[in-house]
Amino acid sequence: MSVPVKFSGDLAELPTHAYGHRSLTWWGVVAFFMIEGAGFAFAIASYFFLMGNEQGWPPSRFEPPSLLAGTLFTIVILLSEIPNTLVKRAAEKKDLRAVHRYMLILLAICLVLGALRAWEFLLLNVWWTDNAYGSIIWALLFLHATHFVTDFGDSVVLAALMFTRHAAESRRYVDVAENAMYWRFVWLTWLPLYVLIYWVPRWAA
Amino acid sequence: MTVLSGKDLPRDGEMLQGVALHARLEATWRREPGFWGWLTTVDHKDVARRYIVTALIFLALGGVLALAMRLQLAKPENALMGPDRYNQIFTMHGTTMMFLFAVPVMEAMSVFLVPLMIGTRAISFPRLNAFSYWVYLSGGLLLWVAFVLNVGPDVGWFAYPPLAGPEYGTGKRADVWAQMVTFTEVAALCISVEIVATILKQRAPGMTLARMPVFVWVSLVVSLMVIFSMPAVTLASGFLLSDRLVGTHFFNPFEHGDALLWQHLFWFFGHPEVYIIFLPGAGFVSEIVATFSRRPVFAYPAVVLAVVAIGLLAFGLWVHHMFATGLPRLGYSFFTAASMAVAIPSGIQIFCWIATMWSGRPRFEVPMLWVVGFIVTFVLGGITGVMLASVPLDLQLHDTYFVVAHFHYVLIGGAVFPLLGAFAYWFPKFTGRMMGDGLGRLSFWITFVGFHLTFAPMHWTGVMGMPRRVYTYPVGMGWDQLNLLSTAGAFVLATGVLLFLVNAAVSIARGRVSGPNPWDAAGLEWATSSPPPPYNFAHIPVVSSASPLWDNRHHLPVMTGLRVDDRELLLTTVMEAKPDLREPSPEPTIWPLVAAAATGGTFVASIFTPWAVVIGAVPVAAALTFWFWPKVAPTPEPVAE
Repeated sequence: MSVPVKFSGDLAELPTHAYGHRSLTWWGVVAFFMIEGAGFAFAIASYFFLMGNEQGWPPSRFEPPSLLAGTLFTIVILLSEIPNTLVKRAAEKKDLRAVHRYMLILLAICLVLGALRAWEFLLLNVWWTDNAYGSIIWALLFLHATHFVTDFGDSVVLAALMFTRHAAESRRYVDVAENAMYWRFVWLTWLPLYVLIYWVPRWAA
Repeated sequence: MTVLSGKDLPRDGEMLQGVALHARLEATWRREPGFWGWLTTVDHKDVARRYIVTALIFLALGGVLALAMRLQLAKPENALMGPDRYNQIFTMHGTTMMFLFAVPVMEAMSVFLVPLMIGTRAISFPRLNAFSYWVYLSGGLLLWVAFVLNVGPDVGWFAYPPLAGPEYGTGKRADVWAQMVTFTEVAALCISVEIVATILKQRAPGMTLARMPVFVWVSLVVSLMVIFSMPAVTLASGFLLSDRLVGTHFFNPFEHGDALLWQHLFWFFGHPEVYIIFLPGAGFVSEIVATFSRRPVFAYPAVVLAVVAIGLLAFGLWVHHMFATGLPRLGYSFFTAASMAVAIPSGIQIFCWIATMWSGRPRFEVPMLWVVGFIVTFVLGGITGVMLASVPLDLQLHDTYFVVAHFHYVLIGGAVFPLLGAFAYWFPKFTGRMMGDGLGRLSFWITFVGFHLTFAPMHWTGVMGMPRRVYTYPVGMGWDQLNLLSTAGAFVLATGVLLFLVNAAVSIARGRVSGPNPWDAAGLEWATSSPPPPYNFAHIPVVSSASPLWDNRHHLPVMTGLRVDDRELLLTTVMEAKPDLREPSPEPTIWPLVAAAATGGTFVASIFTPWAVVIGAVPVAAALTFWFWPKVAPTPEPVAE
């Protein structure tokens, strides 16, 4: 220091990790929620803006997207919150065996979700090149697919990490807990998109 | 594995201070030697310095383009360049100044100053910070290499479709623009995340929200504005690229898309962008005015609330850029009212700064001259802004040189003048040396006079009907003398800025050595040496007022006990800044650079084929995995929660 100092307390006994808003990771994750949430909000605003230009939604000649794949995706992703909550709790208790078990279950569910998502694209009943309606429907599904794939990749790396010696570090459990929080954001953002892609075209038609 | 007891670990304190402590901290926090260290550094001060230097290079390039335009417009029917070259040049000028100079340089100032002002050893997420710089540099190179290859964008800095769409914007020029946006937005968003987390979690013990320096408040508000506005333009440029590359119809009216959707998305970002550039200027001014008036800024709560109010209002007036597109009556009224309302918090700030000077003992050093130049110029720009908020007047003046005059008054007067003042003010903290005073005063006066000589006449050329973005004009419009005056002024202005840069270069080599606190300022950034060591502070300062160095003239209270064998940070609580946790800060690494290169390659290739996104995801994912994978064996520290 370039100024004379006076010692007025010691920090050595402070803990070196904590969950939730006490950790820096949590704030980073929340900031990315805000960025991605804003992105989805603008995509949704664009959806309604383009809808205003049409007489019908979907425009005539087009059928609304078929419900099966998207609805299955929605049910499975909602159910995935059960192992997700369990993995978060296990991380907070630093129960490595439970973390392993539930992370693997979640990854298996993600594989099912990936297949369902691919199927969804085939059941939209419109191509992105057909008209602006097709473009925005594809855009919403594509944006969420990117979101989903990113978190899946992230979770694979983290799960692999938890099978190495690095799982001994307390902060890795904070990472697992915050990753579980991110997964909640993934399925929460899907719910309005599901309504916009599959149901608004049925209600507006 | 050897488990160390908490007591065995070396920490700063009574037993370890002074020279011995500096040596330990230096060894832990310094970057690796040589070129490798340069590539891998994650020190916020290194990253900020290179951000600033790069942004200044872009300022110079954008300035040269401005001079080229002024030469072309110096006389009617000039044949220095044709319309195609001129279109590229005005697009490159605006794009470079907004995306590659103004926003990055303001963020770089936050990256350098915020950790020092709040008394922490490093920025949060320092690797993301390094990544941000490399992504920004790639975006700038993409734009300028394309321009040199005659693929420079020519569709205006806002790239309206259908001109920028596949129907009219043939070739790859508009794609280069759209992808450059992606680069710079990713870079800006990364910094915003770091700044928000740093400010909320790493403030020195005792620095409650109400004791934060105004510039830190500004950095927080601006970062949140970036987070909520930039996704709009990222999405819009993504839509534009997909219209151009894979045949979507977002902006194609023939398939029921809408060109106005672009304008809404662009300006929802574009208007906050103006305040993202201006508010840091207000932050610089608040710090400079306080120091040189030798008193804390007048009515601190009012200044902070004005900053927050401007941040909020900024999101409610984007449509005033679209008055000429036709709107419902209520829309006109609402956006006029919102645009005029911004004058209220801006006015409150101006009065507070004047009151600070009035009630203090002002010293008119060079930084203070820039502040006075700012107040005069910004108020003039603000007044024309209120005029333009009025729809009937806006419809007359839309797309004329009046608007060019207005926004150069608010952007150069409101942001660049305070920035140059801030460079002069914090120059000793950046470099350890003072900037030359005589050349500093000379460069201020030449810049100030040159600025008004350039842009004041444009109010008249605009009112006389000269439109923007025309490469020439016929004889006999009555615009000749005013244009010649603007051109002469532009060269005076450029001379002033050049003198400023020469002064900076000379002072880095030969300026007077400054010492830690040459201006007798109050903020924590002046409590450490100039330039600061890699670890910023040997002990973590403790704050009990908004002016810690003025209120603790004899002894600055500090806390001890952070580890010195590892990069360790103190985290404090969000509101009260009570000590809460010790967390490690990441080591230097090459992976942010590799990740940025992979991301950049993907973005550039995606101008040509959509498959680039799929193929590029593999190296990006690999680089990110190496980035996050821990390199050292875990060292569990036995400290109870």
